[in-house]
Amino acid sequence: MDSVTKRTEVHEEERRIILKFADEPDYDTSIDCYIRNGGYEILKQSVAQRKPAELCQEVMDSEVRGRGGAGFPAGLKWKFLDRKSGKPVYLICNADESEPGTFKDRQIIHKDPHQLIEGMMLTAFATGTALAFIYIREEMPLGAQILETAIEEAREKGFVGDNICGSDYSCDIIVHRGAAAYICGEETGLIESLEGKRAYPRIKPPYFPAALGLYMCPTIVNNVETLCNVKHIIEMGGKNYAMIGRPGNTGTRIWCLSGMVRNPGYFELENGKFTYGDLIYRFGGGLRDGRVLQAVIPGGSSSKVWRAGERFSGKLRDGTVFDWGIDNVPLDFDGPMAAGSMSGSGAVIVIDDSVDIVEVLANINAFYAHESCGQCTPCREGSLWMKKITTRMANGGAREEDADLLASIGDQIAGRTICAHGEACAWPTQSFIAKFRDKFIDKAKQDPKDAKSRTFRMV
Amino acid sequence: MSEQIKNETVTVYIDDVENAVPAGVNLVDALEHVGKEIPHYCYHPKLSVSGNCRMCLVEMGTPGRDRATGEPLLNEDGSPKIMWVPKPVIGCATNVSPGMHIRTNSEVVKTCREGVMEFLLVNHPLDCPICDQAGECRLQEFATDYGRGYSRFIEKKNVKPKRTRIGPRIMLDDERCILCSRCIRFCEEIAGDPVLGFIERGSYSTLTTFPGKQLENNYSLNTVDICPVGALTSTDFRFKMRVWFLSETPSIDTESSVGCNTVVGSREGVIYRITPRRNDAVNDTWMPDSGRTLYQQVDSDDRLTGYAVEGRPVKPEEAISVTAGLLLEEGGVALVASGRLSVEEQFLLTRIRAELNRPVPTYLVGRYSEGDGKLLSADRNPNVRGALMTGLIDGFPESSLKELESLINEGSVKTVLAVGECLMDAGMSMETLKKSRIAYIGTHHSECSQFSNVELPLLTVFEKSGTFVNQQFRIQKFAQAVPGPAGVLTGFSTFTRLLTALNPKAVISPDPGSVWKEMQLAVEEFSGMEFEGIPSTGKVVSGDRFARIAFVETKGLHFEPTAELAEA
Repeated sequence: MDSVTKRTEVHEEERRIILKFADEPDYDTSIDCYIRNGGYEILKQSVAQRKPAELCQEVMDSEVRGRGGAGFPAGLKWKFLDRKSGKPVYLICNADESEPGTFKDRQIIHKDPHQLIEGMMLTAFATGTALAFIYIREEMPLGAQILETAIEEAREKGFVGDNICGSDYSCDIIVHRGAAAYICGEETGLIESLEGKRAYPRIKPPYFPAALGLYMCPTIVNNVETLCNVKHIIEMGGKNYAMIGRPGNTGTRIWCLSGMVRNPGYFELENGKFTYGDLIYRFGGGLRDGRVLQAVIPGGSSSKVWRAGERFSGKLRDGTVFDWGIDNVPLDFDGPMAAGSMSGSGAVIVIDDSVDIVEVLANINAFYAHESCGQCTPCREGSLWMKKITTRMANGGAREEDADLLASIGDQIAGRTICAHGEACAWPTQSFIAKFRDKFIDKAKQDPKDAKSRTFRMV
Repeated sequence: MSEQIKNETVTVYIDDVENAVPAGVNLVDALEHVGKEIPHYCYHPKLSVSGNCRMCLVEMGTPGRDRATGEPLLNEDGSPKIMWVPKPVIGCATNVSPGMHIRTNSEVVKTCREGVMEFLLVNHPLDCPICDQAGECRLQEFATDYGRGYSRFIEKKNVKPKRTRIGPRIMLDDERCILCSRCIRFCEEIAGDPVLGFIERGSYSTLTTFPGKQLENNYSLNTVDICPVGALTSTDFRFKMRVWFLSETPSIDTESSVGCNTVVGSREGVIYRITPRRNDAVNDTWMPDSGRTLYQQVDSDDRLTGYAVEGRPVKPEEAISVTAGLLLEEGGVALVASGRLSVEEQFLLTRIRAELNRPVPTYLVGRYSEGDGKLLSADRNPNVRGALMTGLIDGFPESSLKELESLINEGSVKTVLAVGECLMDAGMSMETLKKSRIAYIGTHHSECSQFSNVELPLLTVFEKSGTFVNQQFRIQKFAQAVPGPAGVLTGFSTFTRLLTALNPKAVISPDPGSVWKEMQLAVEEFSGMEFEGIPSTGKVVSGDRFARIAFVETKGLHFEPTAELAEA
């Protein structure tokens, strides 16, 4: 049933925890294969021998941060659950992976679905979840089938459903196909969508999922990779897990490398052990012959772009003074943050000098305008306006004042919207103008007739 | 909202000025309370908060507390240290708390508003010269008050459907829609008829009805009222009149005993529309669609506009003296009055009846239908309680006049004074009517007019001032919006002159103030009250005297039937 190609060579410096078995040639998605490789042992032991509060503490101790994009500590997220209301707790696995450049959750779902299920059931047991959901991206129909089959297998063996592993704890998992929109991945938009409505993100306050989530009950929404980590945290103990990586950036991350590199793909690397330079050159094989790096988008298309040759300097939280080029930025959560951007969903997009940077922004803007849900004014109108401007610019209609106008529109969106889509659509424009202002001005100076014969068109 | 919340206040600092505002309210309402405006589109005080327009962004901070000890953080000068929220917050979803600081005029807030205004306008059509909303358009108002004043948009605007009939009374222009979702929330939360929703995404989002559905409930036109722009327009009012030409007169919906507060919009003696007037104790900001067309009765073809005796047009004086003569003739007299008359008119009828010096059987024509649980009650007369309080009648009215019919047939009633009601509509037969003398005072020609010995025109609710008593025993005022038909006596003159014609010593000025001076002496619940003193939201008086009466109203918005009746 595998649809995603197995990676034949695993780089020796990768530290595979989540993807430990995924790419082994004879490893498949069946429960037998999973159990053969030690699967569901941790769930059995935990349900039989451990208290939910202990498991929560392990996750707290592990300092594991969310792998979906915001990097919020998962243990803290669980702790915020409203326990006083007496309402049932829901767990939602956010498998609506749709940030451009990101393809890691798909690997897990397609190659090792039972790992996710075990991680979810451990999370469910630890948090006292009444019912769990996997909200999977509509565009991953095969992934949904794989999960449904896997859940059915797990249910038969007593790992999902009534009386988990013979205990008196019961919790089922429901696979829900998403509504085919980027905004369905925003956690409150996801909850609305799961409730059967348009995926309009909710206003926060008051609708924080930990208190007023699915059906206005306390709800945890965690990313696929985060939930898989829970299994390994329980297995090795939170404190031991925290020794992997570096403080505040524990564990491994699956990085999705794409763009103009020789060897794009996913790499599970220990946090903080490598740099963006390592990822691009050592793991990614570097640029194509004769090409020069122009820009790097360090954490999914919504993160702020870096221009080749840029220097980042300042002081880290622990007081260390740093002065980095792109190549020196640590590959973890805090590294790109210190360099004015973010690791986001772990999607690194490499751009060389063969492309017009205005077209790159036009492409990104087209995506965010298309995906704005339309609920709140700044994002709805601003994203489309920016798209119209950059499309015009890419098609030979650029004006010198467009750069400032674009930056100003971005400033009018970020921080003023209901959800983070405002930032997601404004940051690319703001950062592209800030870093490549000269190229946007130059665009206006070009003779419109010189605009490439290939007309730039976007839906 | 409970009395408790109303009474409790908290101190907040609005642009560094200390203010006491009601506890528990949001910033938009709190600032309105102290006379300041936070501009907003999607927020509506009677609907859930959706927070989508982002026009009400303000800066907000609260007194800081030490995380470890919980002690208040102080500045060097000992004042509380304000922890400002790093991003602007929406006023509609932020509730006041003690010591809160709010900035409504900072540079950040100014740029937020400029930004939102610009965004709302980039795809908004330049329809103002032909748009019905012009003059009462929030987009126009806030663009003037908070906008940049020039456009930076040179791209093509989005194109959407311009005229979609989404219901029998409503036209939708999607290009004008700013997607605030007020109409959607109204249909869900107030009308209980969710038929509206958005389709498409982002800036192409489009308001529409669900497949196979129409916006046709009896409250649909409230969506037009709350639409902050000209996206939803009333097919009845569309393109009829510029709103800035309309004079606005407070009035009352006469459809039922709910007594929705309304505003009548008129120009040069012609009424163009009726819209609801906010009264949080009666109708909030809503009214039924059916009450909005009542103005059409003013100029209808069957309107009674002249005085007549035996079908011959006469001057008002003659008609009144002939009526007085009829009433004073030998034989029994009966009075048929209306629950649509004002309290003052009902009171004057009790005086007229008293001058006849004999028992006068008095009837009110009841009108009943099912209550809709909202703003139409089962009692479809606006003022039955007024007739009870003034003593015009002493029991709950029946909808037919069978008893009167038998009184006429047995000969004990020879003359009927019918005020505001058609006797045939109330179930009396032609044969019976032919046996009696009839004086008819009415707003419109009716079937019984042809049997009337004398006809006198009556003013509609729009042509006079007065009061009604609604189901809550709330006295509510209405004011004259337009003059009555030419040649028709103004105010309560028909009644006061008839009274004087019966007894030259009984003289009352035909205005509500003068009638109230008399009435407050005669009706115990009205004791000491003056017409001018009744607030625009009405005044509740005791209904204890009528506790034994089985009123028919059931639960509605802001109305609960009394306990005993609910059991019955």
